Amino acid sequence: MKKILIIILFIYTGCYGQTPTGEEILNRIDENMASESRILTSRMVIHGRRGSRTIESKSWSEGEDRSFTEYLSPPREKGVKMLKLEDQLWMFSPSTDRTIQISGHMLRQSVMGSDLSYEDMMDDKKLISDYDAVVVGSEEFEGQQCWALELTANNDDVAYFFRKIWVDKDRYIPLKSELFAKSGQLLKKMEMFDIEKIEGRWFPKRMVFKDMLKDGDGTEFFIDDIQFNVKFPESLLTKASLRK
Amino acid sequence: MIRFLLKGLLRDKNRSLLPIIVVSSGVILTVFMRTWLSGVLGDMVDFSARYSTGHVKVMTRSYAENIDQIPNDLAYIGISDLKDKLRTAYPDMNWTERISFGGLLDAPDENGETRSQGTVIGMAVNLFSENSPEIDRLNILKSIIDGTLPDEPGEILISHDLSEKLEIHPGDEVTLISSTGTVRFGMVAMDKGAIIVDISDAQIALDMNDASGEILGYFNNGIYDDLEAVEVCKQFNSNYRNEEDEFSPVMRSLREQNELSSMLDYMDYAVGIVIFVFVFAMSLVLWNAGLLGGLRRYGEIGLRLAIGENKGHVYRSMISESVLIGIIGSFIGTIIGLSISYLLQKYGIDTGAYMKNTSLMIPTVLRAKITPDAYYIGFIPGLISTTLGTMLSGIGIYKRKTAQLFKELEV
Repeated sequence: MKKILIIILFIYTGCYGQTPTGEEILNRIDENMASESRILTSRMVIHGRRGSRTIESKSWSEGEDRSFTEYLSPPREKGVKMLKLEDQLWMFSPSTDRTIQISGHMLRQSVMGSDLSYEDMMDDKKLISDYDAVVVGSEEFEGQQCWALELTANNDDVAYFFRKIWVDKDRYIPLKSELFAKSGQLLKKMEMFDIEKIEGRWFPKRMVFKDMLKDGDGTEFFIDDIQFNVKFPESLLTKASLRK
Repeated sequence: MIRFLLKGLLRDKNRSLLPIIVVSSGVILTVFMRTWLSGVLGDMVDFSARYSTGHVKVMTRSYAENIDQIPNDLAYIGISDLKDKLRTAYPDMNWTERISFGGLLDAPDENGETRSQGTVIGMAVNLFSENSPEIDRLNILKSIIDGTLPDEPGEILISHDLSEKLEIHPGDEVTLISSTGTVRFGMVAMDKGAIIVDISDAQIALDMNDASGEILGYFNNGIYDDLEAVEVCKQFNSNYRNEEDEFSPVMRSLREQNELSSMLDYMDYAVGIVIFVFVFAMSLVLWNAGLLGGLRRYGEIGLRLAIGENKGHVYRSMISESVLIGIIGSFIGTIIGLSISYLLQKYGIDTGAYMKNTSLMIPTVLRAKITPDAYYIGFIPGLISTTLGTMLSGIGIYKRKTAQLFKELEV
């Protein structure tokens, strides 16, 4: 009898040990994705019902609070710059030669007709700081075994109150996310593909965003080049750089 | 006979004054309700037509499906050609393109940085064309409180309330475009934060060359004709129907947009209901008044019967009296009702203070509207109910027994 109890206890603790907690998974995701600084060159392909548009950009970010993005093409968007400093966002448009602060409801508007909002563009915060996570199961996505997690916001200062994410068990990348409003309405879907190991981190080279309240076939986000923990001039992350 | 009855009524005020007051009051209410409903509901429909729906509207099929989102990426491309075709096919209508959009209006400080800003609803209309009917249609000139009508590219009109909120004055620069004046639309939803720009500016700003979200059609006489609009839509849609092309044009009548069909149907039903309620209610009131009158005239009728007047003759003379009272009461009631309606048509009631937070596109000043039927509609309940009331109360005459008349008269 004693032996049986020991075996049961062993199996139980063994299984328990294999399933990380939600908090552990979020920490692993943040460890993998977050970096001190990052330079990213990307293409955003917006698939509308009439056709697709490609917008190229380059962004420099430091930590989770400061980033600078410059749009490189098409000609209509070329020279548009965005600066995020903590919870504030500014946009510079060369055609008007104006620096405009984006705030309030405007943060929820689409960026250049894409499926991403300004708020989404700003969202670089670690998941662990805004959400409490619970592992609800194990599912397969795109041939990868994933932990299914339900994330509930622990403060009101988030764009999406509730998230459901599917995290790759091996690489700790959230391969699929569903983002919900407090009312329970599904607002956005996000999927990550072409995961590659870059400078010791697993990173997706292609992401697909879909605004569920909008028509169209979503927005693809291609990462053409990414460098982690590189130094760049501090002056780039200031308002003065918007007009340069 | 009529002269005889009229004299009787005039000389005996107890027989005429109260019934005429009751009939007049009912008729005043009927006329007023009719003109008020016509005014308020008609204004709502008219405002919708002018600002949003047109008498008919042409859009792409996909734009029409998602119209709540104002999906300008699904706008019709090639509007010049389509407008030419519409002008040829429907010469009795005026066609104009519009673009609606949402956005942010940003006012800079002296360093060019954000000083104040607010979200806005934008409406791009044809402002620059010579004799553009849009200026009259949207009542723009009269709505301008400060500044002038835009006449240069890049100039816009901003709602007055928004300009005060953002502390913007005519001539100030705002993001992307410069303003020339402020307007008050008389609609809370737009006064809170709307801008008007010329269609060419919007096409440049939104990258919509020769495209627009909507082409609105208006009957040249400015009056919405539901049957005609539905017919035009039917004809257009059968000519341009292309199920495989989601960007093929589709036309919708005012009735088919913004759930206005229920409003139009309601307008028709409301008049019927008002008349029915007043006929019914006034019949009850006048029946009661007739009964009271009958009781009061109990002795008179008894005497008339006792001296040999035929019961039918007494009954008919009473009905004739009530017809006269109905005509006089309806006439007086119609005049008073129309006078009140005229005042409300001219001055209206400003409900702006009670609709501060509304997002409905309805006028803030509610007005009555005197329609042709308002001149006679009061006669229907005025005459019918009075006569019906007398007919019901007069039945008692036939229940009087001649044998008991003298006994009653002795008392």
